[in-house]
Amino acid sequence: MDTLKQSINEVETSKTIKMTGAEAVINCLLAEDADLAYGYPGGAIMPVYDEIYKYQDKFHHVLTRHEQGAIHAAQGFSRVTGKPGIVFATSGPGATNLVTGIADAQIDSTPLVCITGQVASHLLGSDAFQETDIIGISTPVTKWNYQITKASEIPEIIARAFFIAKSGRPGPVLIDITKDAQFGELDFSYKKCEKIRSYRANPKIDVEKIKEAATIINAAKKPFIVWGQGVIIGGAEQEFQDFIEKTDIPCASTVLGLSALSTSHPLNVGMVGMHGNYAPNVLTNSCDVLIAIGMRFDDRVTGNLATYAKQAKVIHFEIDPSEINKNVKADVAVLGTVKQTLAEIMQYLDKASHKEWMKEFDKLYQIEKDKVINDQLNPTKPGLTMGEVLGGINKVTNGDAVIVSDVGQHQMFACRYADFIKSRSSVTSGGLGTMGFALPAAIGAKMGVPNREVVAIIGDGGYQMTCNELGTILQTKAAVKIVVLNNSYLGMVRQWQELFFDKRYASTEMISPDFVKLAGAYDIEAQRVSKREDLDAAIKTMMASKEAYFLEVVIEQEDNVFPMIPTGASVSDIRLS
Amino acid sequence: MEEIKNFTFSVYTENNVGILNRLSAIFLKRHINIESMTVSKSEIDNVHRFTFVVDISESQARKVVGQLEKQIEVIGAFFHTEDEIIYNETALFKISTEHLYNEEIQERMKFRRAHIIAIYERYFVIEASGLKEDIDNMYDKLKPYGLLQFVRSGRIAITKPKMAISDLLAEIH
Repeated sequence: MDTLKQSINEVETSKTIKMTGAEAVINCLLAEDADLAYGYPGGAIMPVYDEIYKYQDKFHHVLTRHEQGAIHAAQGFSRVTGKPGIVFATSGPGATNLVTGIADAQIDSTPLVCITGQVASHLLGSDAFQETDIIGISTPVTKWNYQITKASEIPEIIARAFFIAKSGRPGPVLIDITKDAQFGELDFSYKKCEKIRSYRANPKIDVEKIKEAATIINAAKKPFIVWGQGVIIGGAEQEFQDFIEKTDIPCASTVLGLSALSTSHPLNVGMVGMHGNYAPNVLTNSCDVLIAIGMRFDDRVTGNLATYAKQAKVIHFEIDPSEINKNVKADVAVLGTVKQTLAEIMQYLDKASHKEWMKEFDKLYQIEKDKVINDQLNPTKPGLTMGEVLGGINKVTNGDAVIVSDVGQHQMFACRYADFIKSRSSVTSGGLGTMGFALPAAIGAKMGVPNREVVAIIGDGGYQMTCNELGTILQTKAAVKIVVLNNSYLGMVRQWQELFFDKRYASTEMISPDFVKLAGAYDIEAQRVSKREDLDAAIKTMMASKEAYFLEVVIEQEDNVFPMIPTGASVSDIRLS
Repeated sequence: MEEIKNFTFSVYTENNVGILNRLSAIFLKRHINIESMTVSKSEIDNVHRFTFVVDISESQARKVVGQLEKQIEVIGAFFHTEDEIIYNETALFKISTEHLYNEEIQERMKFRRAHIIAIYERYFVIEASGLKEDIDNMYDKLKPYGLLQFVRSGRIAITKPKMAISDLLAEIH
């Protein structure tokens, strides 16, 4: 802690103002350009809330209906803006209610600064009222965490929290502040943190590796790119597009990479993974060079690793050294932010054309279109499909909306069928698969980009996990468009039960309340559609509304998401039915 | 199945509350048992050194070291096989004084790195240090005399290859 003490001393020599720890917290956030937080008050965080009250002309707080709602809202805000989401919660249950969201943000690399109140330092370890060891609990799922027991530590630690949350591969940080540290006084001045001696935010770029990668790419006959959220987090959308256009390489997205490249870009061949598109999954096992950009070879992307792209040379552009060779061995690992490495490699790349290779993608796309996509987008069967709802939304938004999806079948339909024309337009819980994510995340997203349409696509199961946040919409008037695709089942689990458990539908049938009435109780305009001929008009009405709107679409009960790579199967053994 | 080997991890960290939890959680998450662990100061002021000993495969060791290294307050993390380190463990044996003049014990004490460090009316204490096998051996020999207490330290290890922590620190600066 010597370095810490030294820098506190440095600060103290500059101009300081006397204030309480709680007031310092708000001033630190304002100094970091963070003037919006999501949270829920309680005993141990009350001094901070008292300052929120006093600073209400400068600092805004959104009271959610549960701490989980607060953290998912902060995640939604962060995912659309790129800024860290700010969360407040009290000690004990307030803090533990954040854990799911913290774990979600950790696995999806979302920057968050979570501030929890803690019992007074003299009570630590005494099992005091609402005491819990949130540092211990959150350690495995935070990028960093720290317990503050003295007011004087607050500026330095919060500065570190922001630096750590935002830099390198971003992630959630939790700062636990004892109540006495909030009440205590300090001489306040703030200096942003720019480095920490034990932390290398961005790995050093090795030009030799970049040249090596370029040589392989230039020689490739059938190169294929899989990109992930790294392109978005790194703000490298333009560099990425320049790269693919110069090299003419077909590219596919992971779930989290969606919207970094517009859906209609001629080189965009869709999405990889368990429910991704047919061509990019199958041809992963035909390409001669696989270029992974800002992605981590999640098991849902690779299927069986033993048969994943074994024929290909693998080039991995990645910021996090621990991801290299974690799942898929890289022949060349290009460490660094993709914004820098993709810009740097351009000078070594030859302009190329891969028309014949691209035709193989087109051919397989036609197969997928005939066997899967047409039945979803233009169904002839009586029941409504999730795909056609997304298709209907595309027609009205032209891809210019933020689509926030929950977890399950509807999520896969949203990822497969929603059109995107702008980056940071797809918000979903990818790595952790947190049901209940979408409604609060959509609220946060709408506050992050108030001028954009935000459409939440949610299943009847996930919706009931966090529909208490309708109260937050009622109070804040966040104009979120909520679409519940209701098939009266926990659809994804039911699909697996159908395919792998001989249709034993254990606890997946779901009886739900009248969702339209529920929305009505919160003063949200709502309608239910169960006939195809009413769908387009309902979507139009919803999108035309200036306020929050709820649309329930009654979906064919036992529809399945295809294509599908069954667990343990190879990407090239993807099933179309 | 990849071969399971004995690896010694050396992890240089800041000296802050909670780091032990953060590091041990990385082993826990992968269901890896920690065979021994030692924490102490290192050769650099204000930098602490953790030594973990675990039995895992080499590819697992590589992944673990990547995760250890990734922690914000970790300055550097390294792993080594037994032939890359010079290491030591220390053990204390508390034995009833009635055996003090037992010739067999005297004989067994002849292991060059064992000696008596305390003698009281009712018991005496033998300290032994060496490789794991040396201590195991000593333990087996003394057990028949009834060990009143036995304790053994975690492994401490110095690596034969250089661990350029000072260079790393300088580079980050």
